[in-house]
Amino acid sequence: MSASVSLWRSAGLSLLILALFLGAWEIAVMPKSGGGGPALDPEYAALLGQAAAQGGTTPMPGPSAIGVRLLELLADPFYVRGPNDQGIGVQIAYSLLRVGAGFGLAAIIAIPLGFVIGMSPLLNAALNPFIQVLRPVSPLAWMPLALYSIKDSAISGVFVIFICSIWPMLLNTAFGVATVRREWLNVARTLEAGRWRTAIRVILPAAAPTIVTGMRISIGIAWLVIVAAEMLVGGTGIGYWVWNQWNNLSIADIVIAILMIGLVGLALDRLLGLGARAVAWRE
Amino acid sequence: MTAYVSIEGVARRYGPTTIFQDVWFGIAQGEFVCLVGHSGCGKTTILNILAGLEAPDDGAVIVDGEAITGPSLDRAVVFQGHALMPWMTAAGNVAFAISCRHRDWSRAACDAAAREALKRVGLDHAADRKPAELSGGMKQRVGIARALAIHPKMLLMDEPFSALDALTRGALQDEVARLVAESEQTGFMITHDVDEAILLADRILLMSNGPEARIAEVVVNTLPKPRTRANLHHMPGYHALRDHILDFLIARSRAFKADAPPAGWSARSVPEVSPALSAPPLAAE
Repeated sequence: MSASVSLWRSAGLSLLILALFLGAWEIAVMPKSGGGGPALDPEYAALLGQAAAQGGTTPMPGPSAIGVRLLELLADPFYVRGPNDQGIGVQIAYSLLRVGAGFGLAAIIAIPLGFVIGMSPLLNAALNPFIQVLRPVSPLAWMPLALYSIKDSAISGVFVIFICSIWPMLLNTAFGVATVRREWLNVARTLEAGRWRTAIRVILPAAAPTIVTGMRISIGIAWLVIVAAEMLVGGTGIGYWVWNQWNNLSIADIVIAILMIGLVGLALDRLLGLGARAVAWRE
Repeated sequence: MTAYVSIEGVARRYGPTTIFQDVWFGIAQGEFVCLVGHSGCGKTTILNILAGLEAPDDGAVIVDGEAITGPSLDRAVVFQGHALMPWMTAAGNVAFAISCRHRDWSRAACDAAAREALKRVGLDHAADRKPAELSGGMKQRVGIARALAIHPKMLLMDEPFSALDALTRGALQDEVARLVAESEQTGFMITHDVDEAILLADRILLMSNGPEARIAEVVVNTLPKPRTRANLHHMPGYHALRDHILDFLIARSRAFKADAPPAGWSARSVPEVSPALSAPPLAAE
């Protein structure tokens, strides 16, 4: 273990690294010469964008330009002006809704099923081959099948989240339940606690930290997958928004989207972290 | 006295290896019996069979005239490692046991009874602490309170003090001696500690070494009650009793062979000895 570091020193260093990075970025994307180039028909330039009209590529925006754009987006994050023009907050909300639905559905199925698998060595051995084969499949591989059988792109997105978040929860729940300390089960048996009471009062709390760890892994994967899934199905969501901004060549918006996806992912992980702390026990 | 619990010919085998077999003994109502023997003779297995946690490979355990088929609230177990649930408080652990015994009791009633039970072992101040915040001795006290709180007909203890330091162990031994005497609790305990057995037991079962272990001797503890650690070693006969058990553990436990038993030994009626009675009275100091 490394010695603990004071918060001020680590935060100071973090800020320094950030400042150096942003500074270097800003300098790197500064216009090379004092501008110039051939004079342009202003209407042509407005149509194509300044850079394209000059025959150059879209310049990479600097942190200051991105910051300005970020303030612009955050000033009105929840506007809806037609299906292709909605605020970034609305897009994130759509993504969160899909992740919530898929993840919640997976939890409802995976945790009870994992419980049963963990309690029954027979079922564990019987279902293990299926789980082992299905688990490494990229969730996006399910997308065509989902689109074909469900025939609804929005629900297909939820299904893909469901299928990718079910495995860690299923396996962790089964493992947590199967490895509950023998002596606690013996206590329950000598108290004639019965199946149900043993499951709720002994096995569930004993396995809860492992189960929540599985949920934490699942939500992380779900948040990774939602971006790719929304790029595929389109319509709404932060993944679709990223792809849309790519089509618009709005590099600043893409950078902002990356930042937002990271922050929301962090928030989701922290939320489950709070849950983990609530069910943690130590001996 | 008729036996409340009767162990009849139980055996434990792993493949071709017989750990013990042909083990017969009884425990009368209100009697406290200790089982002493070396590691590997199957002591814990016998306790688990008695508790109903394991089934014997042969024989049966008869309680109140009926063969047991599994664990029961009537036979409470104090486990070697306290076996408290770390996510419940001390009171929560005891209340869980009480709620299993009294299905119709309210949560508040269970909690109140749990605190009462903790008070009896001197832990009322620690009722709201989690096991992680308790010392080893306190944890085992909670384990004992949990077992006694359901008012079992019989208390089973599997080396309950072996993980504790000597000072704590001594204090808890006195405490258990007091609790058992107060409630005339029928009890069965496994121990390595000869003094612990003499302090608590009415009869001490001596087990020969495994494999092929048997109950080789039954030592009747005639020392008067109440016994405490402070007065125990001043009692006439104490040293004879202690020497007898130690001699067994050092030499006779190894020498005992079931196929060539000493004269007068049979598995169904193991000879009883009372070394404390035959000893010459202590010289006045």
